[in-house]
Amino acid sequence: MASEPLLRVEDLRLHYRSGNGVVRALDGVSFDIRRNEALVVLGESGCGKSTLAKALMRLLPRNVQHFSGNLLVDGVETMGFSEERFRREVRWVRISMVMQAAMNALNPVIRVGEQVAEPLRVHRGWSARQARERTAEVFGLVGISADFLQRYPFELSGGMRQRAVLAMALVTEPDLVIMDEPTSALDVLTQASIMNALKRIKQELGTSFILITHDISTSSEIAERVALMYAGQLVEFADAKDFFGEPAHPYSKLLMASVPRLHQEETPVHIPGQPPNLLDPPEGCRFAERCPSRFDRCDRDPETFRIGNRRTVRCWLHAAGSRV
Amino acid sequence: MSAPARDIRRSAAGPVLSARDLHTWFELRQWGFLRVGSVRAVDGVNFELQAGEAVAFVGESGCGKSSLARTLLGLHQPTRGEVIFEGRSLGTLDARERKTYLARVGFVQQDPYGALPPFMDVRRILHEPLIVHGVRNRAEREKRAREALEEVRLSPPDDFLSKFPHMLSGGQQQRVVIARALILRPAMIIADEPVSMLDASVRVEILQLLRSIQTNHGLTLAFITHDLSTVRHFAERIFVMYAGRIVEQAPVNELLNHPQHPYTQALLGAISDPDPDNALQMREVPPGEPPSLLKPPAGCRFHPRCNRMIPGTCDQEDPPEFEPRNGHHTACWLYR
Amino acid sequence: MRPLLDGLRRMGRYPSALVGLAIIFALVGTAVFTVVTIPYGQALELWRGGDVWRMHPVNARPAWVDRIAGSNLPRTIVVSSDDAVIEEEPFVGGNRLRIPLEFDFDYDGFPSELNLFLTSSHTEREPFVRLTWETPDGRELNLGGRRPAREERVSISQDWELERRLGRVPHVGLFAAEPEGDGPPEVIGGRYRLVVDAITFEADARVDADLVVYGRVHGLAGTDHQRRDLMVALLWGIPVALAFGLLAAVGTTVTTLVIAAAGVWYGGWVDAVIQRLTEVNIILPMLPILVMVGTLYSTSIWVMLGVVIALGIFSAGIKMYRAMLLPIRESPYIEAAKAYGAGNARIILRYMIPRILPVLIPTFVTLIPTFVFLEASLALLGLGDPVLPTWGKVMNDAQTQSALYHGFYYWVLSPAALLMLTGLGFAMLGFALDRIFNPRLRTM
Ligand SMILES: Nc1ncnc2c1ncn2[C@@H]1O[C@H](COP(=O)(O)OP(=O)(O)OP(=O)(O)O)[C@@H](O)[C@H]1O
Ligand SMILES: Nc1ncnc2c1ncn2[C@@H]1O[C@H](COP(=O)(O)OP(=O)(O)OP(=O)(O)O)[C@@H](O)[C@H]1O
Ligand code: SF4
Ligand code: SF4
Ligand SMILES: [Mg+2]
Ligand SMILES: [Mg+2]
Repeated sequence: MASEPLLRVEDLRLHYRSGNGVVRALDGVSFDIRRNEALVVLGESGCGKSTLAKALMRLLPRNVQHFSGNLLVDGVETMGFSEERFRREVRWVRISMVMQAAMNALNPVIRVGEQVAEPLRVHRGWSARQARERTAEVFGLVGISADFLQRYPFELSGGMRQRAVLAMALVTEPDLVIMDEPTSALDVLTQASIMNALKRIKQELGTSFILITHDISTSSEIAERVALMYAGQLVEFADAKDFFGEPAHPYSKLLMASVPRLHQEETPVHIPGQPPNLLDPPEGCRFAERCPSRFDRCDRDPETFRIGNRRTVRCWLHAAGSRV
Repeated sequence: MSAPARDIRRSAAGPVLSARDLHTWFELRQWGFLRVGSVRAVDGVNFELQAGEAVAFVGESGCGKSSLARTLLGLHQPTRGEVIFEGRSLGTLDARERKTYLARVGFVQQDPYGALPPFMDVRRILHEPLIVHGVRNRAEREKRAREALEEVRLSPPDDFLSKFPHMLSGGQQQRVVIARALILRPAMIIADEPVSMLDASVRVEILQLLRSIQTNHGLTLAFITHDLSTVRHFAERIFVMYAGRIVEQAPVNELLNHPQHPYTQALLGAISDPDPDNALQMREVPPGEPPSLLKPPAGCRFHPRCNRMIPGTCDQEDPPEFEPRNGHHTACWLYR
Repeated sequence: MRPLLDGLRRMGRYPSALVGLAIIFALVGTAVFTVVTIPYGQALELWRGGDVWRMHPVNARPAWVDRIAGSNLPRTIVVSSDDAVIEEEPFVGGNRLRIPLEFDFDYDGFPSELNLFLTSSHTEREPFVRLTWETPDGRELNLGGRRPAREERVSISQDWELERRLGRVPHVGLFAAEPEGDGPPEVIGGRYRLVVDAITFEADARVDADLVVYGRVHGLAGTDHQRRDLMVALLWGIPVALAFGLLAAVGTTVTTLVIAAAGVWYGGWVDAVIQRLTEVNIILPMLPILVMVGTLYSTSIWVMLGVVIALGIFSAGIKMYRAMLLPIRESPYIEAAKAYGAGNARIILRYMIPRILPVLIPTFVTLIPTFVFLEASLALLGLGDPVLPTWGKVMNDAQTQSALYHGFYYWVLSPAALLMLTGLGFAMLGFALDRIFNPRLRTM
């Protein structure tokens, strides 16, 4: 089957145990991503974006209370894989990841080159020399000169370190790279040039990207598909063109109106209120409390409806669409 | 604040705050004593702020924005040059006058959680500046604390007075920081990246709050940021900083619509508005990174990255300030 | 101080904290009780020893030892002429008195000593006294006569002549059956009587007699070689130890903290001087210095306390506090305080120090017993306060008297047990607090 997506996620759930109860950080998320496609996952802080990334990589913290759903790589269900098999066949082989704040997590006493080559040595069992050569290549790809291989992390600027961790995710030539807030801490110019590098890599290597961010403007630099999360759920999943041009979910609309834009006269409008507590999310629509279009049906948990071919929305307003 | 406050009260018209040839260099030492050079965090800055205006200082990380803010607040001694507040140079103030000056200028920092002592409740946090400035009467302090909380829309104040910082959300914490900056009834507020540590969803809210307080009270607001896209909505004038210097200054619309300095142009070019077409093209980004402030390049500091560099001039002589358009100043040889 | 209160509230969840607290409360309660019932002056007086203790046995074990061992060793019996039926027979120029001092003796062992204290109220001529010992089995022994001074102590136990006659030390011989062969002496239980026949040579002169049959066990704590009841020292040791530990801990912690904070805040040469002083001080051995001060200057506990605090100020703690305070100095809230004009003292005391207090409390609590032990060690080395009764002093006495060699285990064990109990109480509380206030440990 040629049209089988690279990664298909169905009803993914990940709940944490915490001192005050169960945090339902990821509560039924489904989407897919094709080869050479860039998907952007947007959402406010705490809505479960990083949790999604961890779930996809199966890098689970110790206090996981519940983990379920389907995770199909090239149509092959991997949830049943043993940890060993998942590590050997999926993690860092098919899918790799740049963790949130990874640039600050580099080991300060090991040379950058060695750290970036690490996945090759661990997952591929390459020799030091082979690994070094490949690392130098990838450094070129992400825009760092090979001289930096021999440097220590503290000798690199923030932008350089971010490129280094990106290189680390790319050395094993995975099909999909997940990046959790890769540019949030960086300056505009650095951000722009890293986004340029991503575009180039995507063109040259055909890699797929999942870019997790809360920075909508920057995300538009690469987005082909957009997934918007709210309180542990996916509320809208659409082509970037549709999402940015005509957001469908009430939350998407408000969110787009709250983005400060350089070339726009109107002042951005903030969304009043706060997202619900994931320890005890409301029964019905999780956005109901802040939603201007709320109506009586919203007391029930909305289903996800399909609009057109390529868009799904989790909102009763779109009940005219077909159910997913 | 009684008598001494009057001494440096506004003297008729003229700028509230101005910087003249301001330099703040940090000595860099090795092993505690060997001098290896100076970090020229602020390196020859000139500007004037009029009463009641909101200005923004924009620049990349490390260009000296915070150092400038601290120097304006008297937290760093300028290496050279002076800061003039309401007609008097900070360097000439005696201890009491300096204290009064600090009451007249409020400070809002970047990291709201770090800016609040974690072991004090909101009441104590708001009382502290008043205690420091000799407001002995507890009832009076309490009244002002409540007013300040109302001002930053943390109401009813009773819900917040006895809370500790960790019980508040980031946005609420930043409101407390703003309330603390307001409680001494300052003439001016310096806000150093007041929202960059906050969640994107509350940034706009806090900026709107700051702006409305500023206009309601006719305060002067110096707002430091690296995010140009917010500036348009929350400031009237923009100063663009690069490597310790101000390279361009102009009213907001003028600057955004007609950027003159190649650095400003690059900066604006790198900022995206959410638009699906962005993905189709590469952005033009000047090569390299901002220079080391230990050994800044000779001549124009942007010249190693500038695509319009004039050899022989830009790499040798410091560009002075030109005024290519009315009220629009820039330090670039192109406008000679 | 919310984190503090929160922390204290969480203490309920740690049983070890509660046990520790219970021990500390018990110690503090006993200390208060002691100080109230035996005031300071009286305690010193008692501990100086001497005649106050003449009615107490030497080196008697605690009574509970006897109870545990299941034996029935003699307690001390005091028979006073005030309780006796005295026959009086006046004659011209004098008086003849017959004082029968009677007591029941029903123990399994022999007394440890036998003394008679005579008091005579004559002005010029001493009376004449003759002593007769009557045993339950009807024997009568003449213990000889004498002319007592106004206050006379008749050490029957040390009457060599009597010892020779009995073939045994008197306090055994007088209580034993007639020796038959070489077997060990056997106690005869029953009613004994010492008859004191006195003739006074002044009409209104009186003679009073107190017979003390010293036991082999005494009270809860036993007695030492000077007949002192160890209970006095064990009880008084509590307030002394707690006060020393607490004052030393408070003194060193507070001064160290303030100095460290000042060094961090001012930086530059102030900090450099403090650091160098600390480094020098850390390598100075504390105990030898204390020994020197003790031998050359004074062993007063207050002097020692002063020296301990002085040596403790520039201790390794400074380095630790400095490491904790350095990042705090740079924290934005301090910068904010400077920006609204707070002065140096306010910043150090109100902004920097409170920040690390929660972390310090466990350290502080565990510091207390180390000073208690230090004081005990000093006393053990013979550098205890010369007048104060303390645990260390008791152990020091025990050591010089070779208590363990003689089998007087209680003499060493009871102060040691109290020291350990104190250490245990504070340690349990301290470790629990550490887990509460330093959450990093909690997960481990
Ligand atoms: N290990 C964990 N144990 C318990 N709760 C957790 C854990 N990790 C995350 N959470 C909670 O799960 C929710 C989602 O967290 P997550 O880190 O996925 O959010 P996010 O969208 O990545 O936020 P941000 O933008 O701030 O990174 C939050 O409420 C968070 O507090
Ligand atoms: N106290 C100091 N001692 C030495 N160097 C300093 C000090 N404060 C700042 N610097 C240096 O001065 C330069 C400017 O720093 P500053 O904090 O003013 O930049 P900034 O524009 O505020 O950056 P950011 O956007 O990251 O906050 C940096 O190179 C910094 O390392
Ligand atoms: S389901 Fe109802 S409350 Fe929820 S987003 Fe749609 S309209 Fe609003
Ligand atoms: S002065 Fe020269 S180098 Fe500097 S910005 Fe202008 S053109 Fe470029
Ligand atoms: Mg995250
Ligand atoms: Mg800064």
